[in-house]
Amino acid sequence: MTIRNKAFIAGAWEHPTRLAPDKTTPQLHAECAAGVLADAGLSLTDVDGYFCAGDAPGFGGLSMIDYLGLQVRHVDSTDTGGSSYILHVSHAAQAIAAGHCSVALITLAGRPRSEPFRGMRMNAPETPFEHWVGATTHNSYGMCAARHMHEHGTTPEQLAWIKVAASTHAQHNEHAMLRDVVSVEDVLASPMISDPLRRLDCCVVSDGGGALLVVAPEIAKSLKRPLVAVRGAGEAVKGPRGGMNLDLTTSAAAVSGPAAFAEAGVSPADIQYASIYDSFTITVLIQLEDLGFCAKGAGGRFVADRNLISGVGALPFNTDGGGLCNSHPTNRGGITKVIEAVRQLRGEAHPAVQVPNCGLAVATGIGGALGQRHGAATLILERQ
Amino acid sequence: MTRTVPAPEPNVETQPFWDAAAQGKLLIRRCNACGEPHYYPRALCPFCLSADTRWEEAGGTGAIYSLSTMRRGKDAPYTLAYVVLDEGPAVLTNIDADPDDVAIGQRVRVGFVATEGGPPVPMFVPISVSG
Repeated sequence: MTIRNKAFIAGAWEHPTRLAPDKTTPQLHAECAAGVLADAGLSLTDVDGYFCAGDAPGFGGLSMIDYLGLQVRHVDSTDTGGSSYILHVSHAAQAIAAGHCSVALITLAGRPRSEPFRGMRMNAPETPFEHWVGATTHNSYGMCAARHMHEHGTTPEQLAWIKVAASTHAQHNEHAMLRDVVSVEDVLASPMISDPLRRLDCCVVSDGGGALLVVAPEIAKSLKRPLVAVRGAGEAVKGPRGGMNLDLTTSAAAVSGPAAFAEAGVSPADIQYASIYDSFTITVLIQLEDLGFCAKGAGGRFVADRNLISGVGALPFNTDGGGLCNSHPTNRGGITKVIEAVRQLRGEAHPAVQVPNCGLAVATGIGGALGQRHGAATLILERQ
Repeated sequence: MTRTVPAPEPNVETQPFWDAAAQGKLLIRRCNACGEPHYYPRALCPFCLSADTRWEEAGGTGAIYSLSTMRRGKDAPYTLAYVVLDEGPAVLTNIDADPDDVAIGQRVRVGFVATEGGPPVPMFVPISVSG
């Protein structure tokens, strides 16, 4: 069974807040749910499937389903970190294709700027061997960047071009946290956080959230919104597996990407717009290679050739400013990747960054820690 | 090590590792069924899921696969790294040395560092050219 053309994204909504000290996290989830239903032209009682991940307060989906007042016949709380929501679209399409639901709601929300960090999962099997090393996302991804530079000669200047492209797009987004266009020199002059990643190699920290509605074809066609079909999807999880499979320069997207392209029956050369998870600049570079937009090791040259800048290069990316400049709600950027891809396919991106006649887009993400264990999910979306 | 190191919490699956660490020995786990070594240690082999696995003392030397030195925060600077042991498995660890004197590919040797009220943990120091 394939999910190709079995489901459509009928609603995509990003919360405009970036700092929410006066709201609760469940409240933000509910505002995202209300926002996405209004975007699609559907109502609460139309929803019969619910998807959430580790940012959802409470016990799996149970607390949020009750809080939101949903009545569902399908629930999925798969958590692969920030990539979860890209994966949820695929799982929702599978459930719709199997007849298990027809309107699937996916929500993400959180307040990392307004609530204390809840900490890592202390019952994980790796915890006794890893929690004392002082691993953060910064040094975990820093090790990936250092190894990529060692193996392939990638430079800090090349990584900086990814931030330059994101900031070039973010200047047009009124909600973006960082709207100033930066130069390679600006990135290299920003403080070192964890070698070789500097402050401007890192994404923002933002309160906020987003939501998606994945619906059956007959429902999508009854609505007034442009048709955005799920054409292909892939997912994978990768870790060092007993320390014998360590490879920090290739991500699980090397599995999820080709799987998604194969299901969609298209190639990277066909893609007109790419949402690429950008927790750090290096995250983007490795995924570009793993998805086949350039060869392994050629990512540095690809981004330094300005390929990611809309209207300039061959592969406009993250035209909302991405996690690097716009938002990275609750430290999980997967849902905003899908949302901007939908905006592009609908022709609703900012005119300054809209890809003309955008018909085919990819949204891909990495969740967890690229340097330790992580999940990847890739979606191919098509305007019909 | 300028950083205070939090104590690991041994459990029934890994207690022998920590008992050995207290004696300055680095243990890895090896599968009797498929022969593969692994780290961090599990009761069942992550390559064939056999329960026929054994503890093995590693030589304690290896090479830095990658590293990143944290430059911000109260504990900075400290260096996170993967060290690939000569037996094969990679170990997520810290390099207990001046960050400006360490690099990918460098040969290192294990040393055990005290923690806050728990068993010591395996970190690594560069092997000097003369040593």
